[in-house]
Amino acid sequence: MSGVRVLVGTAKGAFILTSDGKRETWDIAGPLFAGWTVYHMKGSPVDPNRIYASQCSDWFGQVIQRSSDGGMTWEQPGGDVPMEFSGAPPGASNKFVYEGNPGTHMWYDGTPHPFEFKRVWHLEPSHTDADTVYAGVEDAAIFRTTDGATTWKELPGLRDQRSNEWNPGAGGLAVHTILLDPRNPNRIYVAISAAGAFRTDDGGTTWKPINRGLQSKYLPDPNAEIGYCVHRLALHPSRPDVVFMQLHWNVMRTDNAGDLWTNISGNLPTDFGFPIEVHAHEPETIYVVPIKSDSEHFVHEGKLRVFRSRTGGTDWEPLTNGLPQKDCYVNVLRDAMATDSLDKCGIYLGTTGGQVYVSPDGGDHWTTIVHDLPRVLSVEVQTLP
Amino acid sequence: MTTAVIRVMLPYHLQNLAHVGPEISLEVEGPITPGTILDAIETHYPMLCGTIRDHVTKKRRPFLRYFGCEKDLSHDPPDSPLPAAIVTGAEPFIIWGALAGG
Repeated sequence: MSGVRVLVGTAKGAFILTSDGKRETWDIAGPLFAGWTVYHMKGSPVDPNRIYASQCSDWFGQVIQRSSDGGMTWEQPGGDVPMEFSGAPPGASNKFVYEGNPGTHMWYDGTPHPFEFKRVWHLEPSHTDADTVYAGVEDAAIFRTTDGATTWKELPGLRDQRSNEWNPGAGGLAVHTILLDPRNPNRIYVAISAAGAFRTDDGGTTWKPINRGLQSKYLPDPNAEIGYCVHRLALHPSRPDVVFMQLHWNVMRTDNAGDLWTNISGNLPTDFGFPIEVHAHEPETIYVVPIKSDSEHFVHEGKLRVFRSRTGGTDWEPLTNGLPQKDCYVNVLRDAMATDSLDKCGIYLGTTGGQVYVSPDGGDHWTTIVHDLPRVLSVEVQTLP
Repeated sequence: MTTAVIRVMLPYHLQNLAHVGPEISLEVEGPITPGTILDAIETHYPMLCGTIRDHVTKKRRPFLRYFGCEKDLSHDPPDSPLPAAIVTGAEPFIIWGALAGG
């Protein structure tokens, strides 16, 4: 019987939640990397037992972990003393060095600030090779490994897009979203807070901003090419030119790979939020979690409501059955919602209050998998054979 | 070139990464300084590369401190000679996460 493995990154470690296809009873393993902040974990689509994790700490910096047995055991790639020279330097799995002189970006006070690597926000394994992974990092850049995270190399063309003008969001200046086009290996989308969305069509050598149609209040130039606080992008693998976006305010979509965006916020009670996801089998069914405002980072009216559109946006319905509808003041962060691909698509979300919820029927009914984890930063789901 | 066996105390999280206890012993080729001790740690325990000092600049990570013989050695240049008691192994070179965190 098929099942699911849910990879949860939290402020104080990682957890792995497993269930069969019914998704009614759960085994909870963890904490892994206890006491460390785990921004993100994600499994390889090629080999589900290969999982990568970004573990970090203000004290000890960045660590990359890799599992080859579905999360039962972990290693730092290249972390052991080499018995013989393999060509790869030991201890480099957490070495993220910008190509050339990275120069500066804008600081909060408007002054130039040197690019400095801080942490890995997001890991996106390749669709075709279990050893190839992309890493979105703070300060904003994209790196790639082709040796299973033993070494990393920047794709510096992204920073050619006027990175000296990029401003950090309140959480930092980070590449937090990476979408790989499953049909075209040369096309990658990324999003940066607060610079905007960017696309490459040549495998990461050159990039272009794809922000036309976005609007941000108080941006002096309403048609600015960059400077947007994009919170999250999502696409359905059957239609990779259609991309959905949770902007700081506004939910957006593009039907031409980002060349033009249109507003699909429609009847949402508030269009501020972080995550956005697409149903595994219905490319026009999308999910968001509206948050009251950018000044009050908790759900609207004390109710945790996922909103679903079955029409690709604009018309939204609240999904509440099984979710707290009173005295709830959590947030759902950008990487903390995910879907499985079982016949009845499951939707998962983790909150800043430490709850992880599942809906095994596309959002109609929700149950709590676990309710007292540390602050949840990311949720990814693997659908297992 | 002299070689000494140096005792090093590691903070909890680095013990876990390196799969060791609170204290390790390392052969360090002289002169014995914070820099050569860190070089030896990273050679014997590559999984600790980048967790104590920066890969490229070799600067100490700001929330970590070095102590020994009841002295804070954190701000000494990395090529400073260490107290004799550390060089002889009578006292450990202590690496510590010195700032409290929530």
